[in-house]
Amino acid sequence: MGELLVKNKDIVVPGEELAIGIDYLPAGGVFREKDKIIALQVGLVNISGHLIKLIPLSGKYFPKKGDIVIGRVTDISFYGWRVDIGCAYEANLSIKEAVSDYIDKRADLSQYYNYGEIIAAEIIHVSGSKIIDLTTNGPSLRKLKGGKIIEVSPSKVPRIIGKQGSMINLIKEKTDCKITVGQNGIIWISGTNPKKEMIATEVIHKINEEAHIDGLTDKIQKFLDKEIK
Amino acid sequence: MVYAKRFDGRKFDEMRKIEAKVGIIKRADGSAMFKIGDTIAIASVYGPRQLFPTFLQNPEKGILRCLYDMMSFSVSERKRPGPTRRSTEISLVTEKALLPALDLSNYPNTVVDVFIEIIQADSGTRCAGICAASMALADAGLPMKDLVASISVGKVGDKILIDLDKQEEDYEEGSTDIPVAVMPRLNEVTLLQLDGNISKEGIKEALNLAKKGCQQIYEIQKKALKDKYKIFGEGENE
Repeated sequence: MGELLVKNKDIVVPGEELAIGIDYLPAGGVFREKDKIIALQVGLVNISGHLIKLIPLSGKYFPKKGDIVIGRVTDISFYGWRVDIGCAYEANLSIKEAVSDYIDKRADLSQYYNYGEIIAAEIIHVSGSKIIDLTTNGPSLRKLKGGKIIEVSPSKVPRIIGKQGSMINLIKEKTDCKITVGQNGIIWISGTNPKKEMIATEVIHKINEEAHIDGLTDKIQKFLDKEIK
Repeated sequence: MVYAKRFDGRKFDEMRKIEAKVGIIKRADGSAMFKIGDTIAIASVYGPRQLFPTFLQNPEKGILRCLYDMMSFSVSERKRPGPTRRSTEISLVTEKALLPALDLSNYPNTVVDVFIEIIQADSGTRCAGICAASMALADAGLPMKDLVASISVGKVGDKILIDLDKQEEDYEEGSTDIPVAVMPRLNEVTLLQLDGNISKEGIKEALNLAKKGCQQIYEIQKKALKDKYKIFGEGENE
């Protein structure tokens, strides 16, 4: 019979033993050594049934297929663009995935996306050797003009979006801002009213710091009601 | 003369006062401070990031690069800034001491840079550096099989003891300094150097002492790491 050595939501450090026995199964962020399950990272323990996994509390963004990310164009080549998405590897955006018009062989690709421009894109493929392919074909995937960029920890992005987008929709509605949240922890905000844009920024930083608190949506709602009369 | 009592009045198996803190450098991916007695080491970790020039890349797994440096004001006589023969060696052994704990197989073609700065030195700097670096690597969210704890043991006069300070290291009747790094959970030694003379029995005794000391350091490292993120664990009570 297996034995659990930690509780749900405990913070663990690498090398800490989480469970003994073969009836517990390791998922993300943990590994099995003989009959023990051991943590690989600093994280929060998440136990669901017999499955033990870790929610990492720090670290760089790890690319996953299907994620919407925000990145900066760093290089232009013959076949597309290189995009910095805040992870260990630069991503590729090929011409085919970016532009639908006919492009001449010698065309200047900078007229579509130029150096330093910010784009919202979707990860369509991550290879074993970590070659990341992006696309900008899709709803709300485009070049982001104006506005501002803020960075948060990638592990707190789910909290900023909320259940079925409840949190982000609340902020958008109250502050009249356009907000795009990248799974890589980069957030783009653009508002018509500079003051409201500032409030939106403040709220997102607040969520980033207080991501652990239960009933955060209500708290944020009250905060927004107070700030915007 | 027999070395009957230590200069600072510690017991022979007692370490100096240890302090550890994680997350001291905001713009680094991971950082930590480790203080033992008057020795203070700070470590910062950057990466994993892409490695250039590309011929250094390893397509099977990420590589680790360590740089150990003593600041010019860290010792009583001003140290000339920049790398020396000594610091190059320590950088290398630090890298070798940390690598068995680190699992970079998920990050091919990348590098993890570890910078260790000694801001105040009173012996045992490479051990303090390794302790700080292992906490900083964990803080950077890198996958690790275990932390690494490190302490120096040695022989002063005829006594085997733990955590030598500068005064003991310079003991006129001879002293032996053995820096040891241990992975505390696996109880495996990853660094073992020796400067001086010691008998076969002496080194066995010293190693046991070091392993015991490393377990104590491990508890302090664990606490420091958990303290940084403590606020998240409290969420369930609210």
